[in-house]
Amino acid sequence: MKEVHGIAVSGGVAVGRLSRMESGGEKVEKKRIGDAAGELSRLDAARKETVRQLQEIYRESLKKISAKDSMIFQIHIMMVQDEDFTEAMRSRIRTEKVCAEYAVQEAGREFSERFAKMDDEYMRGRAQDVVDISRRLIRALQHKESADRGPSGPRVVAADELAPSETVQMDKSEVRAFVTRGGSRTAHAAILARTLGIPAVMGLGSAFDALADGAEVIVDGSAGLVIADPDEETVTAYRTKQRAEREHQKKLRTLVNAPAVSRAGVRVRVYANIAHPDDADAALANGAEGIGLFRSEFLYMGRDSLPTEEEQFQAYKKVLEKMGERPVVVRTFDIGADKEVPSLHLPKEANPALGYRAIRICLDRKDLFRTQLRALLRASAFGNLQIMFPMIVSAEEVKAAKEILGDVKAGLAAERIAFAPKIRTGIMVETPAAAVLSGALAEIADFFSIGTNDLTQYTLAADRTNASVSGLYDPRSPAVLKLIEWTAKSAHQAGIPVGICGESAADPRLTAFYLRNRIDELSVAPSSVLALKEKITQS
Amino acid sequence: MVQYSRIIADPEGLHARPAGLLVQCARECTSDIRIEANGRTADAKRIFSIMSLCAKHNDELKFLITGGREKEDREKIKKFCEANL
Repeated sequence: MKEVHGIAVSGGVAVGRLSRMESGGEKVEKKRIGDAAGELSRLDAARKETVRQLQEIYRESLKKISAKDSMIFQIHIMMVQDEDFTEAMRSRIRTEKVCAEYAVQEAGREFSERFAKMDDEYMRGRAQDVVDISRRLIRALQHKESADRGPSGPRVVAADELAPSETVQMDKSEVRAFVTRGGSRTAHAAILARTLGIPAVMGLGSAFDALADGAEVIVDGSAGLVIADPDEETVTAYRTKQRAEREHQKKLRTLVNAPAVSRAGVRVRVYANIAHPDDADAALANGAEGIGLFRSEFLYMGRDSLPTEEEQFQAYKKVLEKMGERPVVVRTFDIGADKEVPSLHLPKEANPALGYRAIRICLDRKDLFRTQLRALLRASAFGNLQIMFPMIVSAEEVKAAKEILGDVKAGLAAERIAFAPKIRTGIMVETPAAAVLSGALAEIADFFSIGTNDLTQYTLAADRTNASVSGLYDPRSPAVLKLIEWTAKSAHQAGIPVGICGESAADPRLTAFYLRNRIDELSVAPSSVLALKEKITQS
Repeated sequence: MVQYSRIIADPEGLHARPAGLLVQCARECTSDIRIEANGRTADAKRIFSIMSLCAKHNDELKFLITGGREKEDREKIKKFCEANL
């Protein structure tokens, strides 16, 4: 038995056989060729094929990880198409009369060494991207399209480095865990592992050599621990731990179709937060009773043009149809601050959290707002839509937004385009101003949804992206809880429902507080829905 | 030829993502666009070229823009830099 330690990248326990992936790529032979023209056209075909594959990976990746993290594949495409890189490959074929595979390998080596020599750690890391695209080009030349899907069968995947494209393409249902020599918490493979809930330990360094191909290993992702050839006792202990986790998961599954009712008989609706239409599947699979927050700004991000009315309509319609009778609350775009939309060319601000964002952009750029509202209204004919405005600080903003909504409705009616007759329109309470004014706002809103992330940051004047004040950023601080209490009271006095959609909606330490304040609905990540239902039934 | 200078405000510098977005923006321009930084020159339409500048936070990027629509392209580049760098 041997224990090795690395970086705890993604939690969970896995027991399985280790399968080492040779990520160095096979060395290709230097073959002399007579027909340079033929070799050049083979290279062109391989470049086209590689771009096609990468575009597919990019689209696949958008469904699994964020647009920002998926951008790496767009960069890979640019690298394959880069004129300098292409010329480096071509000139080797022309002047050295070598086969295309060898030309790619050598050009790839030249370019990756360029990065490896840079005095910047981040840029040195990009050498791996060049290696990744070179290997892909060579495989395309050899017509080995699926070589990078790795070995099959349930296994613990071990590799020196996991290239982002390899990680996205692997059949995740068979991967028990990831173990790598290099890598860090911020590597693309690490982000993906966390998103998919696969345990992972990375950055093992030379300790990686102790792990033999085919060995039985235990991976404890939260401890950053890998145990090779464990003794029976250890396996039993971990299997018990694993079984307990699974049993708990199974018990949670029984709650999928059950309503969440507390011991005192209080019924709380549990909804899911989503950012992509496909996330609605995960919401339903985990027993969400509705979508409490659809972050529509996702549709605007990671692209270089604005989404058209038709594109948006299709996205909203998809979610509404999937959810059927269940309510779907779409928040109009919350762009700005840390959510960048390149096509809007918004200037960098000194205080983005206090700047030009969300409803402030909507009421200024009415063209953008109208397009989104038209798409939403058209989609409303296909399900149970509710519309929510973000970052409200005054009643005037709500009135102005509702006036535009009324205008857009009148326009659609005149064009005889169908939309739902009654669409509930509510607001996010995520600024101290909105909480303080909640009495007046409840008169003009059909519901409240408290965004605890921003409410905490604004109430405590603690930037949630600044690590040096992270000690101050406490969603359970009495100041934040007082505002929630006050907002809930205002909502109930006016007879409108109030929900919570920030991260602390899932915090089990606050469930009793929410029940006491008669919060009607809690909206959390799809993966947290069942645990929250369980917590409510036990409270 | 017109020029535009920008000090990189992004703490991460001109790393892969903004470099990729810059290539996308430059390719929408018809002008020839060179970037001078740290004593090196790069072609703004080529990803490897831009990344080899290894431009960091507080480095100055000097854009040299030449072409029939250089004034419009200068505006495009300026807007892009203000939003992304």
